[in-house]
Amino acid sequence: MSDFALSLPVSTAPRPWRFPAWSTALLLPALGLVLWLAAARFGWLAPNMLPAPQDVWLTLQDLASSGELAQHALWSMGRVAQGFTTGAGLGLVLGIGMGLWPRFEALLRPSFLAIVQVPVIGWVPLLMLPLGIGETLEIVIVAKAALVPVTLNTRDAIHALPRPLLEVAATFRYGRLQLLRRVVLPATVPPVFTGVRYGLTSCWKALVAVELLASSEGLGYLLVWGRQMFQMDLVIAGVLLIAAIGLIFDTALAAIERRLQRWRPA
Amino acid sequence: MSGSLPSRWLGALPPVALLLAWQGAASIGWGDPRLLPPPGSVLVTAWARLADPGLATALGVSLGRCLAGFALGAALGLGFGLLCGLSGAAARLVGPSFHALKNVAVFAWIPLIALWFGMGEEARLAFIAVAVVTPVALNVWEGIAGTPPLLLEVGAAFRFSSWQRLFRIRLPAALPSILTGLQLGLIHAWLATIGAEYFLAKGTGLGGLLIEGRDRFDMALLILGVVLLGGIGMLLNQALWRLAVRLTPWRTTPA
Repeated sequence: MSDFALSLPVSTAPRPWRFPAWSTALLLPALGLVLWLAAARFGWLAPNMLPAPQDVWLTLQDLASSGELAQHALWSMGRVAQGFTTGAGLGLVLGIGMGLWPRFEALLRPSFLAIVQVPVIGWVPLLMLPLGIGETLEIVIVAKAALVPVTLNTRDAIHALPRPLLEVAATFRYGRLQLLRRVVLPATVPPVFTGVRYGLTSCWKALVAVELLASSEGLGYLLVWGRQMFQMDLVIAGVLLIAAIGLIFDTALAAIERRLQRWRPA
Repeated sequence: MSGSLPSRWLGALPPVALLLAWQGAASIGWGDPRLLPPPGSVLVTAWARLADPGLATALGVSLGRCLAGFALGAALGLGFGLLCGLSGAAARLVGPSFHALKNVAVFAWIPLIALWFGMGEEARLAFIAVAVVTPVALNVWEGIAGTPPLLLEVGAAFRFSSWQRLFRIRLPAALPSILTGLQLGLIHAWLATIGAEYFLAKGTGLGGLLIEGRDRFDMALLILGVVLLGGIGMLLNQALWRLAVRLTPWRTTPA
Protein backbone atom coordinates (compact mmCIF):
# COMPACT_ATOMS: atom_id res chain seq x y z
CA MET A 1 0.00 0.00 0.00
CA SER A 2 2.63 2.51 1.06
CA ASP A 3 4.60 1.92 -2.13
CA PHE A 4 1.62 3.05 -4.13
CA ALA A 5 1.02 6.01 -1.94
CA LEU A 6 4.54 7.24 -2.62
CA SER A 7 3.95 7.33 -6.32
CA LEU A 8 0.71 9.31 -6.04
CA PRO A 9 0.83 13.08 -6.14
CA VAL A 10 -0.87 13.51 -2.79
CA SER A 11 0.09 16.35 -0.54
CA THR A 12 2.62 15.30 2.08
CA ALA A 13 1.22 17.65 4.70
CA PRO A 14 -0.40 15.73 7.55
CA ARG A 15 -4.14 15.58 7.26
CA PRO A 16 -5.82 18.00 9.65
CA TRP A 17 -7.29 16.17 12.61
CA ARG A 18 -11.03 15.71 12.44
CA PHE A 19 -13.57 14.38 14.84
CA PRO A 20 -14.25 10.79 13.90
CA ALA A 21 -17.32 10.39 11.70
CA TRP A 22 -19.46 8.69 14.34
CA SER A 23 -18.95 11.48 16.84
CA THR A 24 -20.10 14.24 14.50
CA ALA A 25 -22.95 12.02 13.38
CA LEU A 26 -24.14 11.60 16.95
CA LEU A 27 -23.72 15.23 17.91
CA LEU A 28 -27.08 16.36 16.58
CA PRO A 29 -29.14 13.44 17.93
CA ALA A 30 -27.41 13.87 21.30
CA LEU A 31 -28.29 17.54 21.31
CA GLY A 32 -31.88 16.68 20.41
CA LEU A 33 -32.08 14.17 23.24
CA VAL A 34 -30.71 16.67 25.74
CA LEU A 35 -33.27 19.25 24.60
CA TRP A 36 -36.02 16.66 24.84
CA LEU A 37 -34.95 15.67 28.36
CA ALA A 38 -34.79 19.30 29.37
CA ALA A 39 -38.17 20.04 27.82
CA ALA A 40 -39.71 17.20 29.80
CA ARG A 41 -37.82 18.00 33.00
CA PHE A 42 -38.68 21.69 33.09
CA GLY A 43 -42.15 21.27 31.65
CA TRP A 44 -41.60 23.36 28.51
CA LEU A 45 -44.18 21.27 26.75
CA ALA A 46 -47.21 19.53 28.19
CA PRO A 47 -46.60 15.77 28.55
CA ASN A 48 -49.51 15.07 26.22
CA MET A 49 -47.62 17.06 23.56
CA LEU A 50 -44.24 15.54 24.20
CA PRO A 51 -43.90 12.78 26.77
CA ALA A 52 -40.60 12.45 28.60
CA PRO A 53 -37.95 10.24 27.00
CA GLN A 54 -37.97 8.02 30.08
CA ASP A 55 -41.68 7.35 29.60
CA VAL A 56 -41.15 6.44 25.97
CA TRP A 57 -38.30 4.16 27.00
CA LEU A 58 -40.49 2.49 29.64
CA THR A 59 -43.25 2.00 27.08
CA LEU A 60 -40.77 0.41 24.70
CA GLN A 61 -39.58 -1.92 27.47
CA ASP A 62 -43.16 -2.84 28.32
CA LEU A 63 -43.91 -3.58 24.69
CA ALA A 64 -40.81 -5.72 24.41
CA SER A 65 -41.30 -7.69 27.61
CA SER A 66 -44.99 -8.37 27.00
CA GLY A 67 -44.18 -9.81 23.59
CA GLU A 68 -46.47 -7.30 21.90
CA LEU A 69 -43.54 -5.68 20.16
CA ALA A 70 -42.36 -8.90 18.58
CA GLN A 71 -45.91 -9.79 17.57
CA HIS A 72 -46.65 -6.50 15.83
CA ALA A 73 -43.22 -6.38 14.23
CA LEU A 74 -43.66 -9.93 12.93
CA TRP A 75 -47.00 -9.05 11.36
CA SER A 76 -45.50 -6.06 9.64
CA MET A 77 -42.35 -7.85 8.49
CA GLY A 78 -44.28 -10.79 7.13
CA ARG A 79 -46.43 -8.49 5.02
CA VAL A 80 -43.38 -6.65 3.74
CA ALA A 81 -41.61 -9.91 2.89
CA GLN A 82 -44.55 -11.27 0.91
CA GLY A 83 -45.44 -8.04 -0.82
CA PHE A 84 -41.85 -7.18 -1.62
CA THR A 85 -40.97 -10.52 -3.22
CA THR A 86 -44.13 -10.45 -5.31
CA GLY A 87 -43.69 -6.85 -6.42
CA ALA A 88 -39.95 -6.93 -7.02
CA GLY A 89 -40.15 -10.20 -8.96
CA LEU A 90 -42.86 -8.88 -11.22
CA GLY A 91 -40.99 -5.58 -11.54
CA LEU A 92 -37.83 -7.31 -12.74
CA VAL A 93 -39.74 -9.20 -15.40
CA LEU A 94 -41.61 -6.11 -16.57
CA GLY A 95 -38.50 -3.93 -16.49
CA ILE A 96 -36.44 -6.37 -18.53
CA GLY A 97 -39.24 -6.73 -21.03
CA MET A 98 -39.73 -2.99 -21.34
CA GLY A 99 -36.00 -2.38 -21.59
CA LEU A 100 -35.36 -4.94 -24.28
CA TRP A 101 -38.43 -4.74 -26.49
CA PRO A 102 -39.68 -1.29 -27.46
CA ARG A 103 -43.01 -2.70 -28.58
CA PHE A 104 -43.54 -4.38 -25.24
CA GLU A 105 -42.81 -1.08 -23.60
CA ALA A 106 -45.19 0.73 -25.98
CA LEU A 107 -47.87 -1.78 -25.07
CA LEU A 108 -47.54 -1.47 -21.31
CA ARG A 109 -46.11 1.97 -20.73
CA PRO A 110 -49.37 3.95 -20.62
CA SER A 111 -51.09 1.44 -18.35
CA PHE A 112 -48.03 1.18 -16.16
CA LEU A 113 -47.75 4.94 -15.88
CA ALA A 114 -51.42 5.16 -15.03
CA ILE A 115 -50.93 2.65 -12.21
CA VAL A 116 -47.79 4.44 -11.05
CA GLN A 117 -49.51 7.76 -11.01
CA VAL A 118 -52.08 6.70 -8.49
CA PRO A 119 -50.24 6.70 -5.21
CA VAL A 120 -50.53 3.73 -2.90
CA ILE A 121 -52.83 5.74 -0.71
CA GLY A 122 -55.25 6.17 -3.61
CA TRP A 123 -55.48 2.45 -4.19
CA VAL A 124 -56.27 1.63 -0.58
CA PRO A 125 -59.92 2.79 -0.47
CA LEU A 126 -60.60 1.44 -3.96
CA LEU A 127 -59.13 -1.99 -3.29
CA MET A 128 -60.66 -2.10 0.15
CA LEU A 129 -64.09 -2.79 -1.31
CA PRO A 130 -63.30 -5.87 -3.40
CA LEU A 131 -60.43 -7.20 -1.25
CA GLY A 132 -61.77 -6.31 2.18
CA ILE A 133 -59.63 -5.28 5.09
CA GLY A 134 -57.06 -7.97 5.50
CA GLU A 135 -53.83 -9.56 4.46
CA THR A 136 -54.57 -9.58 0.72
CA LEU A 137 -55.15 -5.84 0.62
CA GLU A 138 -51.95 -5.15 2.50
CA ILE A 139 -49.83 -7.48 0.40
CA VAL A 140 -51.20 -6.12 -2.89
CA ILE A 141 -50.47 -2.57 -1.80
CA VAL A 142 -46.97 -3.41 -0.61
CA ALA A 143 -46.29 -5.31 -3.83
CA LYS A 144 -47.35 -2.30 -5.87
CA ALA A 145 -44.91 -0.15 -3.91
CA ALA A 146 -42.01 -2.44 -4.83
CA LEU A 147 -43.16 -2.99 -8.39
CA VAL A 148 -42.80 0.61 -9.49
CA PRO A 149 -39.18 1.44 -8.64
CA VAL A 150 -37.90 -2.00 -9.59
CA THR A 151 -39.59 -1.88 -13.01
CA LEU A 152 -38.48 1.67 -13.74
CA ASN A 153 -34.89 1.18 -12.63
CA THR A 154 -34.55 -2.07 -14.53
CA ARG A 155 -35.93 -0.48 -17.69
CA ASP A 156 -33.80 2.63 -17.32
CA ALA A 157 -30.70 0.58 -16.60
CA ILE A 158 -31.17 -1.28 -19.87
CA HIS A 159 -31.92 1.93 -21.76
CA ALA A 160 -28.88 3.63 -20.29
CA LEU A 161 -26.45 0.94 -21.37
CA PRO A 162 -23.41 2.83 -22.65
CA ARG A 163 -23.53 2.92 -26.43
CA PRO A 164 -19.79 2.28 -26.86
CA LEU A 165 -20.12 -0.98 -24.95
CA LEU A 166 -22.88 -2.07 -27.30
CA GLU A 167 -20.80 -1.09 -30.30
CA VAL A 168 -17.86 -3.08 -29.00
CA ALA A 169 -20.19 -6.02 -28.50
CA ALA A 170 -21.46 -5.60 -32.05
CA THR A 171 -17.89 -5.53 -33.34
CA PHE A 172 -17.23 -8.79 -31.56
CA ARG A 173 -20.44 -10.15 -33.05
CA TYR A 174 -21.78 -11.18 -29.67
CA GLY A 175 -24.88 -13.30 -29.68
CA ARG A 176 -27.90 -12.35 -27.56
CA LEU A 177 -26.79 -14.49 -24.66
CA GLN A 178 -23.23 -13.22 -24.72
CA LEU A 179 -24.49 -9.67 -24.92
CA LEU A 180 -26.63 -10.29 -21.89
CA ARG A 181 -23.94 -11.96 -19.83
CA ARG A 182 -20.94 -9.88 -20.73
CA VAL A 183 -22.40 -6.42 -21.26
CA VAL A 184 -25.96 -6.08 -20.05
CA LEU A 185 -25.76 -7.76 -16.67
CA PRO A 186 -22.52 -6.19 -15.39
CA ALA A 187 -23.71 -2.74 -16.41
CA THR A 188 -27.27 -3.10 -15.14
CA VAL A 189 -27.03 -4.99 -11.86
CA PRO A 190 -25.98 -1.97 -9.77
CA PRO A 191 -28.77 0.37 -10.96
CA VAL A 192 -31.30 -2.43 -10.75
CA PHE A 193 -30.24 -3.05 -7.21
CA THR A 194 -30.75 0.61 -6.47
CA GLY A 195 -34.33 0.07 -7.62
CA VAL A 196 -34.63 -2.96 -5.36
CA ARG A 197 -33.36 -0.94 -2.42
CA TYR A 198 -35.75 1.85 -3.21
CA GLY A 199 -38.52 -0.71 -3.59
CA LEU A 200 -37.95 -2.17 -0.16
CA THR A 201 -37.93 1.27 1.40
CA SER A 202 -41.20 2.15 -0.35
CA CYS A 203 -42.69 -1.17 0.73
CA TRP A 204 -42.05 -0.27 4.32
CA LYS A 205 -43.56 3.16 3.84
CA ALA A 206 -46.59 1.79 2.02
CA LEU A 207 -47.10 -0.79 4.73
CA VAL A 208 -47.19 1.85 7.41
CA ALA A 209 -49.77 3.77 5.37
CA VAL A 210 -51.98 0.71 4.92
CA GLU A 211 -51.65 -0.26 8.54
CA LEU A 212 -52.68 3.23 9.57
CA LEU A 213 -55.72 3.07 7.30
CA ALA A 214 -56.86 -0.49 7.43
CA SER A 215 -55.45 -2.92 9.89
CA SER A 216 -55.89 -4.28 13.35
CA GLU A 217 -52.32 -5.37 13.96
CA GLY A 218 -48.79 -4.37 12.99
CA LEU A 219 -46.59 -1.45 13.94
CA GLY A 220 -48.65 1.08 11.99
CA TYR A 221 -51.71 0.01 13.92
CA LEU A 222 -49.77 0.66 17.12
CA LEU A 223 -49.71 4.32 16.16
CA VAL A 224 -53.45 4.43 15.51
CA TRP A 225 -54.15 2.72 18.79
CA GLY A 226 -51.81 4.95 20.76
CA ARG A 227 -53.40 8.01 19.22
CA GLN A 228 -56.91 6.82 20.00
CA MET A 229 -55.92 6.08 23.59
CA PHE A 230 -54.12 9.44 23.83
CA GLN A 231 -51.02 7.49 24.81
CA MET A 232 -48.42 9.72 23.25
CA ASP A 233 -45.53 7.67 24.65
CA LEU A 234 -46.88 4.73 22.67
CA VAL A 235 -47.13 6.83 19.49
CA ILE A 236 -43.57 8.05 19.81
CA ALA A 237 -42.33 4.55 20.66
CA GLY A 238 -44.10 3.33 17.52
CA VAL A 239 -42.56 6.03 15.35
CA LEU A 240 -39.11 5.19 16.73
CA LEU A 241 -39.61 1.50 15.99
CA ILE A 242 -40.81 2.19 12.46
CA ALA A 243 -37.84 4.48 11.89
CA ALA A 244 -35.39 1.95 13.31
CA ILE A 245 -36.66 -0.88 11.13
CA GLY A 246 -36.60 1.33 8.03
CA LEU A 247 -33.07 2.37 8.87
CA ILE A 248 -31.94 -1.23 9.30
CA PHE A 249 -33.45 -2.21 5.94
CA ASP A 250 -31.85 0.68 4.15
CA THR A 251 -28.43 0.34 5.79
CA ALA A 252 -28.23 -3.35 4.99
CA LEU A 253 -29.22 -2.81 1.38
CA ALA A 254 -26.88 0.17 1.00
CA ALA A 255 -24.01 -2.03 2.16
CA ILE A 256 -24.87 -4.63 -0.48
CA GLU A 257 -25.20 -1.88 -3.07
CA ARG A 258 -21.71 -0.59 -2.31
CA ARG A 259 -20.32 -4.09 -2.74
CA LEU A 260 -22.02 -4.40 -6.11
CA GLN A 261 -20.60 -1.11 -7.29
CA ARG A 262 -17.10 -1.68 -6.01
CA TRP A 263 -15.73 -2.62 -9.41
CA ARG A 264 -16.77 0.71 -10.89
CA PRO A 265 -14.15 3.44 -11.18
CA ALA A 266 -14.86 6.18 -8.67
CA MET B 1 -42.08 -1.73 -38.66
CA SER B 2 -44.46 -1.40 -41.54
CA GLY B 3 -47.89 -2.94 -41.30
CA SER B 4 -47.86 -3.06 -37.53
CA LEU B 5 -49.76 -0.93 -35.07
CA PRO B 6 -48.13 2.37 -34.27
CA SER B 7 -46.91 2.37 -30.70
CA ARG B 8 -49.38 4.94 -29.47
CA TRP B 9 -52.23 2.60 -30.38
CA LEU B 10 -50.43 -0.36 -28.89
CA GLY B 11 -50.51 1.33 -25.50
CA ALA B 12 -54.30 1.60 -25.65
CA LEU B 13 -54.70 -2.18 -25.92
CA PRO B 14 -54.45 -3.21 -22.25
CA PRO B 15 -56.94 -0.62 -20.97
CA VAL B 16 -59.40 -1.43 -23.74
CA ALA B 17 -59.04 -5.15 -23.03
CA LEU B 18 -59.61 -4.49 -19.34
CA LEU B 19 -62.69 -2.44 -20.09
CA LEU B 20 -64.13 -5.15 -22.33
CA ALA B 21 -63.44 -7.82 -19.71
CA TRP B 22 -65.08 -5.64 -17.08
CA GLN B 23 -68.17 -5.06 -19.23
CA GLY B 24 -68.26 -8.76 -20.05
CA ALA B 25 -68.03 -9.76 -16.41
CA ALA B 26 -70.75 -7.29 -15.49
CA SER B 27 -73.13 -8.39 -18.26
CA ILE B 28 -72.93 -12.11 -17.44
CA GLY B 29 -73.53 -11.15 -13.81
CA TRP B 30 -70.12 -12.16 -12.57
CA GLY B 31 -69.37 -10.76 -9.17
CA ASP B 32 -71.27 -8.43 -6.91
CA PRO B 33 -72.63 -5.46 -8.92
CA ARG B 34 -72.16 -3.34 -5.83
CA LEU B 35 -68.46 -4.04 -5.84
CA LEU B 36 -68.06 -4.01 -9.58
CA PRO B 37 -70.79 -1.96 -11.25
CA PRO B 38 -70.78 -2.14 -15.07
CA PRO B 39 -68.60 0.51 -16.75
CA GLY B 40 -71.69 2.20 -18.14
CA SER B 41 -73.19 2.92 -14.75
CA VAL B 42 -69.83 4.11 -13.44
CA LEU B 43 -69.69 6.48 -16.38
CA VAL B 44 -73.16 7.83 -15.63
CA THR B 45 -72.36 8.38 -11.96
CA ALA B 46 -69.00 9.87 -12.84
CA TRP B 47 -70.62 12.26 -15.30
CA ALA B 48 -73.17 13.39 -12.71
CA ARG B 49 -70.35 13.94 -10.26
CA LEU B 50 -68.22 15.84 -12.75
CA ALA B 51 -71.07 18.26 -13.39
CA ASP B 52 -71.38 18.83 -9.65
CA PRO B 53 -69.46 21.98 -8.69
CA GLY B 54 -68.52 20.32 -5.39
CA LEU B 55 -66.02 18.17 -7.23
CA ALA B 56 -64.28 21.11 -8.86
CA THR B 57 -64.05 22.80 -5.48
CA ALA B 58 -62.59 19.67 -3.90
CA LEU B 59 -60.01 19.39 -6.68
CA GLY B 60 -59.08 23.04 -6.40
CA VAL B 61 -58.62 22.73 -2.65
CA SER B 62 -56.42 19.66 -3.06
CA LEU B 63 -54.31 21.14 -5.83
CA GLY B 64 -53.73 24.42 -4.04
CA ARG B 65 -52.77 22.56 -0.90
CA CYS B 66 -50.43 20.31 -2.84
CA LEU B 67 -48.63 23.19 -4.53
CA ALA B 68 -48.33 25.25 -1.34
CA GLY B 69 -46.88 22.30 0.56
CA PHE B 70 -44.61 21.52 -2.37
CA ALA B 71 -43.26 25.07 -2.51
CA LEU B 72 -42.54 25.00 1.19
CA GLY B 73 -40.91 21.58 1.14
CA ALA B 74 -38.94 22.21 -2.06
CA ALA B 75 -37.48 25.46 -0.71
CA LEU B 76 -36.41 23.71 2.48
CA GLY B 77 -35.06 20.74 0.56
CA LEU B 78 -33.09 22.91 -1.86
CA GLY B 79 -31.52 24.85 0.98
CA PHE B 80 -30.68 21.75 2.93
CA GLY B 81 -29.36 19.85 -0.08
CA LEU B 82 -27.16 22.77 -1.13
CA LEU B 83 -25.78 23.12 2.37
CA CYS B 84 -24.89 19.45 2.65
CA GLY B 85 -23.60 19.24 -0.91
CA LEU B 86 -21.32 22.22 -0.55
CA SER B 87 -20.11 21.89 2.99
CA GLY B 88 -18.42 18.71 4.09
CA ALA B 89 -18.75 19.76 7.71
CA ALA B 90 -22.52 20.20 7.39
CA ALA B 91 -22.81 16.88 5.62
CA ARG B 92 -20.95 15.12 8.41
CA LEU B 93 -22.92 16.86 11.10
CA VAL B 94 -26.51 16.62 9.86
CA GLY B 95 -26.16 14.02 7.10
CA PRO B 96 -26.41 10.92 9.29
CA SER B 97 -29.40 12.28 11.20
CA PHE B 98 -31.08 13.18 7.93
CA HIS B 99 -30.48 9.72 6.51
CA ALA B 100 -31.92 8.18 9.64
CA LEU B 101 -34.96 10.48 9.62
CA LYS B 102 -35.69 9.94 5.93
CA ASN B 103 -36.30 6.31 6.78
CA VAL B 104 -39.24 7.20 8.95
CA ALA B 105 -42.07 6.08 6.75
CA VAL B 106 -43.69 9.37 5.84
CA PHE B 107 -47.13 8.46 7.18
CA ALA B 108 -45.67 7.70 10.57
CA TRP B 109 -45.24 11.46 10.93
CA ILE B 110 -48.98 11.96 10.87
CA PRO B 111 -49.74 11.23 14.53
CA LEU B 112 -46.85 13.44 15.59
CA ILE B 113 -47.81 16.25 13.24
CA ALA B 114 -51.43 16.03 14.37
CA LEU B 115 -50.18 16.36 17.90
CA TRP B 116 -47.95 19.34 17.30
CA PHE B 117 -49.86 21.23 14.63
CA GLY B 118 -53.41 20.25 15.39
CA MET B 119 -55.74 19.03 12.66
CA GLY B 120 -55.96 22.19 10.57
CA GLU B 121 -54.40 23.50 7.42
CA GLU B 122 -50.99 24.06 9.04
CA ALA B 123 -50.79 20.39 9.93
CA ARG B 124 -51.64 19.39 6.37
CA LEU B 125 -49.08 21.75 4.86
CA ALA B 126 -46.45 20.63 7.37
CA PHE B 127 -47.05 17.00 6.45
CA ILE B 128 -46.83 17.69 2.71
CA ALA B 129 -43.63 19.70 3.22
CA VAL B 130 -42.10 16.84 5.24
CA ALA B 131 -42.90 14.46 2.39
CA VAL B 132 -41.32 16.81 -0.18
CA VAL B 133 -38.14 17.74 1.69
CA THR B 134 -36.57 14.30 1.58
CA PRO B 135 -36.42 13.60 -2.17
CA VAL B 136 -35.53 17.18 -3.02
CA ALA B 137 -32.77 17.46 -0.43
CA LEU B 138 -31.35 14.06 -1.29
CA ASN B 139 -31.15 14.70 -5.02
CA VAL B 140 -29.81 18.23 -4.69
CA TRP B 141 -27.20 17.01 -2.25
CA GLU B 142 -26.12 14.11 -4.45
CA GLY B 143 -26.09 16.28 -7.55
CA ILE B 144 -23.99 19.02 -5.97
CA ALA B 145 -21.61 16.67 -4.20
CA GLY B 146 -21.28 14.58 -7.33
CA THR B 147 -20.01 17.35 -9.59
CA PRO B 148 -17.43 15.73 -11.87
CA PRO B 149 -13.99 16.61 -10.42
CA LEU B 150 -12.78 17.28 -13.96
CA LEU B 151 -15.17 20.22 -14.25
CA LEU B 152 -14.00 21.59 -10.92
CA GLU B 153 -10.41 21.34 -12.14
CA VAL B 154 -11.34 23.34 -15.19
CA GLY B 155 -12.90 25.89 -12.88
CA ALA B 156 -9.74 25.98 -10.82
CA ALA B 157 -7.70 26.50 -13.99
CA PHE B 158 -9.90 29.48 -14.84
CA ARG B 159 -9.50 30.73 -11.26
CA PHE B 160 -13.25 30.80 -10.72
CA SER B 161 -14.45 32.39 -7.52
CA SER B 162 -16.60 30.24 -5.26
CA TRP B 163 -19.76 31.97 -6.58
CA GLN B 164 -18.69 31.26 -10.13
CA ARG B 165 -17.91 27.70 -9.18
CA LEU B 166 -21.41 27.37 -7.74
CA PHE B 167 -23.33 29.04 -10.54
CA ARG B 168 -21.24 28.03 -13.54
CA ILE B 169 -20.19 24.53 -12.57
CA ARG B 170 -21.89 22.93 -9.62
CA LEU B 171 -25.47 24.02 -10.20
CA PRO B 172 -25.53 23.34 -13.95
CA ALA B 173 -23.84 19.98 -13.40
CA ALA B 174 -26.36 19.17 -10.69
CA LEU B 175 -29.37 20.46 -12.63
CA PRO B 176 -30.57 17.08 -13.91
CA SER B 177 -30.36 15.70 -10.41
CA ILE B 178 -32.10 18.74 -8.93
CA LEU B 179 -34.91 18.43 -11.44
CA THR B 180 -35.26 14.74 -10.65
CA GLY B 181 -35.56 15.70 -7.01
CA LEU B 182 -38.23 18.29 -7.75
CA GLN B 183 -40.13 15.85 -9.92
CA LEU B 184 -40.07 13.25 -7.17
CA GLY B 185 -40.95 15.93 -4.67
CA LEU B 186 -44.03 16.92 -6.61
CA ILE B 187 -45.20 13.30 -6.79
CA HIS B 188 -44.65 12.99 -3.05
CA ALA B 189 -46.51 16.26 -2.49
CA TRP B 190 -49.55 14.95 -4.33
CA LEU B 191 -49.46 11.68 -2.43
CA ALA B 192 -49.06 13.50 0.86
CA THR B 193 -51.96 15.81 0.01
CA ILE B 194 -54.30 12.86 -0.30
CA GLY B 195 -52.82 11.31 2.84
CA ALA B 196 -53.25 14.54 4.76
CA GLU B 197 -56.86 14.69 3.63
CA TYR B 198 -57.45 11.14 4.85
CA PHE B 199 -55.90 11.49 8.24
CA LEU B 200 -55.86 15.15 9.20
CA ALA B 201 -59.40 16.50 9.39
CA LYS B 202 -61.38 14.38 7.01
CA GLY B 203 -63.89 15.60 4.50
CA THR B 204 -62.01 18.10 2.39
CA GLY B 205 -60.43 17.81 -1.02
CA LEU B 206 -60.07 14.76 -3.22
CA GLY B 207 -58.90 12.62 -0.31
CA GLY B 208 -62.07 13.41 1.57
CA LEU B 209 -64.07 12.39 -1.50
CA LEU B 210 -62.32 9.02 -1.63
CA ILE B 211 -63.00 8.37 2.05
CA GLU B 212 -66.62 9.33 1.45
CA GLY B 213 -66.79 6.88 -1.44
CA ARG B 214 -65.37 4.10 0.68
CA ASP B 215 -67.72 4.78 3.56
CA ARG B 216 -70.75 4.80 1.23
CA PHE B 217 -69.61 1.75 -0.72
CA ASP B 218 -69.76 3.99 -3.79
CA MET B 219 -67.53 2.17 -6.27
CA ALA B 220 -68.27 4.66 -9.05
CA LEU B 221 -67.14 7.57 -6.92
CA LEU B 222 -64.02 5.64 -5.88
CA ILE B 223 -63.10 4.83 -9.46
CA LEU B 224 -63.66 8.42 -10.51
CA GLY B 225 -61.57 9.58 -7.56
CA VAL B 226 -58.71 7.25 -8.37
CA VAL B 227 -58.77 8.26 -12.04
CA LEU B 228 -58.67 11.93 -11.06
CA LEU B 229 -55.95 11.23 -8.53
CA GLY B 230 -53.85 9.51 -11.15
CA GLY B 231 -54.67 11.98 -13.90
CA ILE B 232 -53.75 15.03 -11.89
CA GLY B 233 -50.58 13.38 -10.64
CA MET B 234 -49.66 12.58 -14.23
CA LEU B 235 -50.28 16.15 -15.37
CA LEU B 236 -48.16 17.53 -12.55
CA ASN B 237 -45.40 15.09 -13.38
CA GLN B 238 -45.62 15.83 -17.10
CA ALA B 239 -45.38 19.55 -16.46
CA LEU B 240 -42.18 19.15 -14.49
CA TRP B 241 -40.81 16.63 -16.96
CA ARG B 242 -41.34 19.07 -19.81
CA LEU B 243 -39.61 21.73 -17.79
CA ALA B 244 -36.72 19.33 -17.17
CA VAL B 245 -36.38 18.54 -20.87
CA ARG B 246 -36.41 22.22 -21.71
CA LEU B 247 -33.85 23.12 -19.07
CA THR B 248 -31.51 20.22 -19.70
CA PRO B 249 -31.75 19.48 -23.41
CA TRP B 250 -28.42 17.65 -23.33
CA ARG B 251 -29.95 14.90 -21.26
CA THR B 252 -30.98 11.97 -23.39
CA THR B 253 -34.12 10.82 -21.68
CA PRO B 254 -36.18 8.11 -23.27
CA ALA B 255 -39.42 9.76 -24.30
